[in-house]
Amino acid sequence: MDFSLTPDQETFRQTLRAWLKGNIPREWKHVGSSEIPRVEAYDLLKRWQNSLFDAGFIGLTWPKEYGGRGLTFMEELILQEEMAFAKAPPILNVLGVGMAGPTIIAYGTEAQKKRYPAKILSCEEIWCQGYSEPNAGSDLAALQTRAVKDGEHWVINGQKVWTSFAQVADWMMLLARTDPSAPKHRGITYFLLDMKLPGVTVKPLRQITGEAEFNEVFFDNVRVHESQVLGDVNAGWQVGITTLMYERLTLGFALQTRLRIALESLIELGRRMEKHGRAATKEPVLRQKIAQLWIDTECLRVTGARAITKLLRGEMPGPEASAGKMVWVETHQRLQELAMDIEGPYAQLWKGSPWAIDGGVWQHSFLRSRANSIEGGTTEIQKNIIAERVLGLPKD
Amino acid sequence: MDFGFSQEQEMLRATARKFLENECTSTFVRARMDEPAGVTDDFWAKLAEQGWLGLVFPEEYGGSGLGFVDLTVLMEEMGRCVMPGPFFSTVLLGGLTILEAGSPAQRKEWLPKLAAGQAKATLALTEPNARWDAAGVTATAKEGKGGFALSGTKLFVPDAHLADVIVVVARTAEGKTPEDGVSLFLVPKGVKGLEVKLLPTMDQTRKLCEVTLKDAAVPAGALLGGKGAAWSALARVIQRATIALCGEMCGGAQRVLDMTTEYVKIRVAFGKPIGTYQGVKHKAADMLVDVENAKSLTYYAAWAADENSPETALATSMAKAYVSDAYRKVSAAGIQLHGGIGFTWEHDLHLYFKRAKASEFTFGDATHHRERVAQLIKL
Ligand SMILES: Cc1cc2nc3c(=O)[nH]c(=O)nc-3n(C[C@H](O)[C@H](O)[C@H](O)COP(=O)(O)OP(=O)(O)OC[C@H]3O[C@@H](n4cnc5c(N)ncnc54)[C@H](O)[C@@H]3O)c2cc1C
Repeated sequence: MDFSLTPDQETFRQTLRAWLKGNIPREWKHVGSSEIPRVEAYDLLKRWQNSLFDAGFIGLTWPKEYGGRGLTFMEELILQEEMAFAKAPPILNVLGVGMAGPTIIAYGTEAQKKRYPAKILSCEEIWCQGYSEPNAGSDLAALQTRAVKDGEHWVINGQKVWTSFAQVADWMMLLARTDPSAPKHRGITYFLLDMKLPGVTVKPLRQITGEAEFNEVFFDNVRVHESQVLGDVNAGWQVGITTLMYERLTLGFALQTRLRIALESLIELGRRMEKHGRAATKEPVLRQKIAQLWIDTECLRVTGARAITKLLRGEMPGPEASAGKMVWVETHQRLQELAMDIEGPYAQLWKGSPWAIDGGVWQHSFLRSRANSIEGGTTEIQKNIIAERVLGLPKD
Repeated sequence: MDFGFSQEQEMLRATARKFLENECTSTFVRARMDEPAGVTDDFWAKLAEQGWLGLVFPEEYGGSGLGFVDLTVLMEEMGRCVMPGPFFSTVLLGGLTILEAGSPAQRKEWLPKLAAGQAKATLALTEPNARWDAAGVTATAKEGKGGFALSGTKLFVPDAHLADVIVVVARTAEGKTPEDGVSLFLVPKGVKGLEVKLLPTMDQTRKLCEVTLKDAAVPAGALLGGKGAAWSALARVIQRATIALCGEMCGGAQRVLDMTTEYVKIRVAFGKPIGTYQGVKHKAADMLVDVENAKSLTYYAAWAADENSPETALATSMAKAYVSDAYRKVSAAGIQLHGGIGFTWEHDLHLYFKRAKASEFTFGDATHHRERVAQLIKL
């Protein structure tokens, strides 16, 4: 075992650290920062991601010819660590960087690989993920949005739901049914869909926080050119699953970073808030809970290092990686609950109240955290996957 | 960076697994539970032959000079079969303390014998006040002509009834801080004024003793390390022994998960294997997560110890806090998923459940270590 870095990696860390010091936007308030970009910060975050791209600090593991740096997951880990230490803002185009890009690089034609990934990294084009439908969530393969061939085009009809970023997205990773007679996993195709095409309608959905981060998306005879298919026709399930694997992998690192940032903010909050006449961090029960969060956050980092080691050795990540999402979710939700405990009666106050702690930012991230165990595959589904694919328990 | 085991370490694991599966069967363990010794001479000689008794001792003292990551591999395998006997007390308590605090002559006298299986050792640290810190040390050592007279009661001392030498922690002076004045003494068995009583324990694979000292006289040369200045060496021993214990606990937890996974695949209820039901699946998934996380933090602590990293104290407390909870939860869930059979004496699960409980309270439980973490991160 060896945690040491090569001289090149050490240089990379130093360069990055210096760059972050001078380049994090001054307007960025890290306090209570949720892991998900907030709607009101979109402009700022777009500029931030673009500056990361210009400096070469995004898409590290992507091949150079497609806008990346051709580095290893080790540099990616260093990047995430440094972002955490610097309390840097999150990436706006998370779905593009975490999912669309790697999937296009894995399955795309040369033309597709030249066309999309670099613009994902620079945040010039924002991506959304059109998987879930009103009747297909956990059971994603039950999706019903139809694509029918008409000459060189596919004609799309149907509806997606819970589509994050659709209101700002330029492109969508779209799963649609191209062969209704095939078994449900075999008749699905993966499309790269231009959100500006005629017939695409986005309707915001107001969510628990009061804002509209996700949307409904309707397709009314949307004509998509056949060159926009990613992978083979009717092979979209496999492509889509790959996307989810990348989601767990790359987003996993990023999420761990955000967790560390949130934890440091929480500790800082605890130092300021009083409980029974002393700082909340000195109150024995809260102190225990904070320490446990510290342990769990560090544990995610170390478990991540085990997964990366497997990648670097050319193996597929094992159980460590599949459990990561679930552990992260549970830890983050517990962290947000604890922020409410620390605030006590102040937890009731919302943005706009002069008495709200930190402008009510914790209330927002607390509510937002309820989605963590639903989005990207519910915790129940993750447990099924661990039990069946890792432990080999029988399927229903 | 490479946070995985080397080929040599994987080989050590394979060798240990095979050896222990043959030599340390459930039948063997149960026979040892019923006897005071908790080990056979034959088994002890074989451990020595494998080179495991001296694994972490330097070569000049008859050891193999390996590190704590290597040891973790071995501890996991020993935990996997709830290995009984004085391995832990001899190597990680007595042996390590002699290595950390002893003079070259003291090391030369004891370590080669321990490594060769010719002597056993332990550490008498805790007292009826059940504290792990220096303030808990109230046993005294009075200096007289030519030596010291030790008095006090030591409790929860592993395998003192088997030890040829007991390292006794006693106070030679009251200092400004609790750490000041703590000294270590090599007390050979049979010394007048030393009485060792074996205590009935819930986990019968771990033998604990009460050690009473009534003006037990030892020569000046029995002093191990600086007079009144032994705490820092001792703290290092406790830290490293804690890491090794975490390794053992991880191995036990993994075995419970394995047994449970196998069982829920074959046990049928309502016409299906119970592993088909989500109430079972989700518990099993939670167990896996606990086991993997426990390993991550343990490996990290072992690595930090080998590197002498300034993070070792924090890493150790993070590991012990997590692993204490994890082993307890996993072994309890294992019993639950086995139903009635898991509650029987005949099934091995209770051995793990009890070992988990014993280990939980050795070197501080999760609450204790969370507080340590809080202090170390300057909360
Ligand atoms: C904030 C947010 C953002 C999102 N963003 C996107 C996005 O950008 N793109 C996108 O495509 N989707 C997105 N989603 C949708 C998300 O992926 C789905 O909500 C999720 O997969 C669950 O599907 P569902 O809502 O239909 O719930 P259901 O599948 O109906 O599940 C309801 C409950 O039943 C449980 N359940 C279902 N099946 C099983 C089973 N087999 N075993 C045990 N329990 C089961 C679930 O765990 C859950 O508790 C987002 C969701 C949220 C909350």
